[in-house]
Amino acid sequence: MSRYLLRRLLISVPVLLGISVVLFSILALAPGDPFGELALNPNIPPEVRFTLRKQFGLDDPLVVRYGRWLAAMLHGDWGYSFVSRLPVQQLILQRLPTTLFVLGSAYVLALLIALPVGMLSAMKPYSFFDQVATTFAFVGYSLPTFFTGLLFILVFSIYLGWLPFIYSSTIEARGFAWVIEHLRQGAMPITVLGLFEAASLTRFVRSAMLEVIHQDYITTARAKGLTESLTILKHALRNALIPVVTIVALQIPTIFTGAVITEQIFRVPGIGSLLIAAIESTDTPVVMAITFVYAALVILFNLLADLIYGLLDPRITYS
Amino acid sequence: MREQSDKAMTAVKAAPYGATGLAAARSQSLWRNFWRRFCRHRLALLGMTVLMVLTLSTLFGPLVYHQRINDIDFAVSLQGPSLVHPLGTDDLGQDLLARILYGGRVSMAVGLVAMLIAILIGTAIGATAGYCGGWVDHVLMRLTDLFIALPQLPLLLLVVYLFRDTMRRLFNPELGIFLLIVLVIGGLRWMQPARLVRAAFLSLKEQEFVEAAVALGTPPLRMVLRHILPNALSPVIVAASLGVGSAILAESSLSFLGLGFPPDMPTWGRLLFDAKDHLDSAPHWALSPGTMIFLVVLSINYVGDGLRDALDARKVL
Repeated sequence: MSRYLLRRLLISVPVLLGISVVLFSILALAPGDPFGELALNPNIPPEVRFTLRKQFGLDDPLVVRYGRWLAAMLHGDWGYSFVSRLPVQQLILQRLPTTLFVLGSAYVLALLIALPVGMLSAMKPYSFFDQVATTFAFVGYSLPTFFTGLLFILVFSIYLGWLPFIYSSTIEARGFAWVIEHLRQGAMPITVLGLFEAASLTRFVRSAMLEVIHQDYITTARAKGLTESLTILKHALRNALIPVVTIVALQIPTIFTGAVITEQIFRVPGIGSLLIAAIESTDTPVVMAITFVYAALVILFNLLADLIYGLLDPRITYS
Repeated sequence: MREQSDKAMTAVKAAPYGATGLAAARSQSLWRNFWRRFCRHRLALLGMTVLMVLTLSTLFGPLVYHQRINDIDFAVSLQGPSLVHPLGTDDLGQDLLARILYGGRVSMAVGLVAMLIAILIGTAIGATAGYCGGWVDHVLMRLTDLFIALPQLPLLLLVVYLFRDTMRRLFNPELGIFLLIVLVIGGLRWMQPARLVRAAFLSLKEQEFVEAAVALGTPPLRMVLRHILPNALSPVIVAASLGVGSAILAESSLSFLGLGFPPDMPTWGRLLFDAKDHLDSAPHWALSPGTMIFLVVLSINYVGDGLRDALDARKVL
């Protein structure tokens, strides 16, 4: 098992390096230049500008600049934001917990909805429950998260006034009230994201379960006299989870994308909204760092999925 | 006697389909078979109807409905649906129905062209990988894995923001942005068709008709284009139809974040971007473009589902 994990880890490293190369080339090829504003400033003589460029190594060949950037990133020096002069690491670490909280809860909610609904749909295919569930899955999958978010704000904040629609990260309350307040303001972004994910996951769980339920070993289990719940939970579900786990891991990039949009609508102070703000103000170090963090998170979750996959299906670890 | 001949007649009439004559069997072409299977899927038919209605209205609507899209009239700003303005107006008094019809053309064109680009790139890469095999296959698959791991939205946002002005200078503003968005969306979505085509090629390569073609001396390009590719296309068609929906969603998301087309181009995402700050005073403004996006993507998804059922050779309909 550890050899299998080591192999997966070794494959992830070149992928991460490749992503960093792509990212760096895009930013290097882009027009515009961090010292572009200095060029317009009449107080700075051209020789000083030239020396500054040489000092920061802006005119060195691409490969040298890439190597220097990579070394700095690995050392933990992620640069300083152009806009706020804060170290980029500090900016990201301030906002990462919020994003992870919203994303994590949304995904847990999605799994809590999709697994039971998908299983029940598969156990009684084409029944009324199945038709309703499939229709809901289609509808949920076709509604863009920004539209659902706006609808939720319209209904729950404007008409009903139950939930606040601006996320505030400083809540003055104690104990249980603090938890309730956090849940109240997180409810809408988490539900919007969770429902969207649940819609696509339900279809996958249903088709995976349908494939497993018709297998011979399930018939054998039933013939042996096992109760229905034992057959489904112990035998069918475990085998059906294998493709589901793969899909869950592959959907994580999608949920990050959805999170960027949701953070914009609900003003959640996470890394998604930081990314948009940084792009709009051409804050290059922050943009590069955030994109890198996204890529690293995706790869981390793929590794996690491989680990769970290895636990569920030991045959994989021998291949 | 008569009963016996009647029974014989009914027996002939009730004979299994196609057994009454070879002529009847031969007229059952592949496309008609596919259409028959597609029509069994009621929701897919409904989806296709809705999609055609929406497409035709965006294409021909402006010819019939003569409101202009940028007639600013502050006297009627933020009004709900009325006889003059069937879907209401926005904060500048511009008619929403006209803007939605116009923006719909752009949104759907982006979806279609982006998916076409993704299919072209994906099929080329998948076919090369599947046909050549060996190290070519290995390298191309690692490239595919790399692209799959790339975070799509950040890259999309980044490339559009960085290269927006250059593209605007090279071509005219709308065309430049259109090309940029379409290339980037298509360029980040070719991986799935590539994998599907490669898988189909790997299994089709072993079949006997390929062996026969090789024995006849068919050059590789002709083999791929004429013999193998037509058989590999059915999963690609399904993926393409579903991909148009996701490309439309991607373009809407870009516009919603303010980083898509220029502000005067009323794509559906842009309309939502403008509407989101006026939700309390003018909910109709956000509801109409959002519902349009939802209807188009939903009908595309149903059509794709119907196509998948119709093209899946294993499923008995």
